[in-house]
Amino acid sequence: MDGRKTSNWWTVWGLLILAWAAFPLIWMVSLSFKSPDTFRTSSGFWPKDWTWDNYSTVFRDELFTSALRNSAGIAVIATLLSVIIAMFAAYAIARLEFRGKKLLLSMALAIAMFPQAALVGPLFNMWRGLGIYDTWIGLIIPYLTFALPLSIWTMSAFFRQIPWEMEQAAQVDGATPWQAFRKVIVPLAAPGVFTTAILTFFFCWNEFLLATSLTSTDRARTVPAALSFFTGASQFESPVTAIMAASVVVTIPVVVLVLLFQRRIVAGLTSGAVKG
Amino acid sequence: MSTIETPAAAEVAAEATPSPGGKAPVSDRLRHERRLGWRLSAPAFIVMILVTAYPLAYAVVLSLFKYRLTDPDAREFVGLQNYATVLTDPIWWSSFVTTAIITLVSVAVELVLGFGFAWVMYRIIRGRSFVRTAILVPYGIITVVSAFIWRYAFQLDSGFVNQWFGLGDFNWFGERWSSLVVITLSEIWKTTPFISLLLLAGLVQVPEDMLEAAKVDGATAWQRLWKVVLPNMKAAIMVAVLFRTLDAWRIFDNPFVMTAGANDTETLSILAYRQNVTLVNLGAGSSVSVLLFFTVVVIAFIFIKGFKTDLSQVRGDG
Repeated sequence: MDGRKTSNWWTVWGLLILAWAAFPLIWMVSLSFKSPDTFRTSSGFWPKDWTWDNYSTVFRDELFTSALRNSAGIAVIATLLSVIIAMFAAYAIARLEFRGKKLLLSMALAIAMFPQAALVGPLFNMWRGLGIYDTWIGLIIPYLTFALPLSIWTMSAFFRQIPWEMEQAAQVDGATPWQAFRKVIVPLAAPGVFTTAILTFFFCWNEFLLATSLTSTDRARTVPAALSFFTGASQFESPVTAIMAASVVVTIPVVVLVLLFQRRIVAGLTSGAVKG
Repeated sequence: MSTIETPAAAEVAAEATPSPGGKAPVSDRLRHERRLGWRLSAPAFIVMILVTAYPLAYAVVLSLFKYRLTDPDAREFVGLQNYATVLTDPIWWSSFVTTAIITLVSVAVELVLGFGFAWVMYRIIRGRSFVRTAILVPYGIITVVSAFIWRYAFQLDSGFVNQWFGLGDFNWFGERWSSLVVITLSEIWKTTPFISLLLLAGLVQVPEDMLEAAKVDGATAWQRLWKVVLPNMKAAIMVAVLFRTLDAWRIFDNPFVMTAGANDTETLSILAYRQNVTLVNLGAGSSVSVLLFFTVVVIAFIFIKGFKTDLSQVRGDG
């Protein structure tokens, strides 16, 4: 009896956390459905008249659609590269004894703490010299670098939990090394790699400082950078409601990933912090 | 994928080879393992050095010159003069104080709030996955989006906050302290999930039987928290605080979207951005960059040496 009562109390607290997380999102959705002409006079929480206008505005705006393309392309490519590079390093950390291991982990740690703003000046100058300022590759390179520490930790924590001796056992049972690797190790390692990829994607999707420093046109400008340049459908219209519509659009992938892979993301975020 | 297969197979083969008692095969294997380790981690090493260490060294060099992109011919060596200029400029100190206020307040609030969240996630039975899913949305959402959401909630023309709380036409972004309140609120909303998950990872490691024993011995809930739970998760707390402090210290997105640094709300990252990118004043801008990097090193040093934050243990090294 007492136990069930306590359990109910925890659920009440859980609902409060749910409200805390959801409330700003509800506000975002509500504001995105207000009319760009009248949102000022209907300054309550909910729209007086719901309208899709803002969504058609943003999807007609080349600034937003190109930014959406850039964001998706850059985030996916940077994520893939970062995960591949980190996979090798994480394998080495989890399975091999070598002297550079400590150095690699300390370096990853140092970069995780690194203030990116300290790099915008030199990178800005170097990228212009190399001709990769305002290009996809100019953002992909720093993104994959700053995503590496998270990728390396998360994956090496996952890899450490893999029972590698199963690979040998399979070979003793007559599997070739390739079969043993593909049939035994890949399925065991895949969840860790996948989880790392999601976390890395979040990082690249979110990044703003480098995106706004190393781009100047819609050739490579990503969504976070484009949002701060947004104007409404015309220069006489306030961009507020259109920005919220664009925000809703770019939040959808995040919400979908979170809904689908909640368990994995939590495991990924905490795995590095728990002794593997 | 096939590239991984080779080392794995190679190592298995090396292990499978019976070593006939001598020392030579063992050290051979060790040498092979070491070489493989270096080879596999080389790409990560190279990328990290090229994209961070090299530009940072370049920033150190640039910081010793008077150099504006708008006037590249006037480039001249000035030694440490840029540092003197920056450190005697009230703008640097105003940004420093702003950054420090945001960092201290947000990390302190997040630590308490995040611990509460972690505790609820730990104890809750019905709705556990709901709460964990909900908490991940602020974590995953784009910081710029979060900043816009909070800005528009408080902004005079679009917001509901003044109406709800009867504040009339109080302009939140018209003053330093009220701007900082909104910036910090947005920061807290966005990053508490991260800290709470790190704390949850520490919380699950607190031995349950120790808590039971303390309960049997008549310890109050408060005593159990301070005498059993917190000491047992000290490592997790320190790491969470270190990571969040350094993350808050480089805050850029939130104040940039909310005020763009108006009313003395410029942070150190915005200062570095403005000097380097907006004003293309690469000499003085680089000295701001180097000083910003230096402050981060000092903070990390204080945590690791001063508070004995054991990163290797917690981050799974070894």
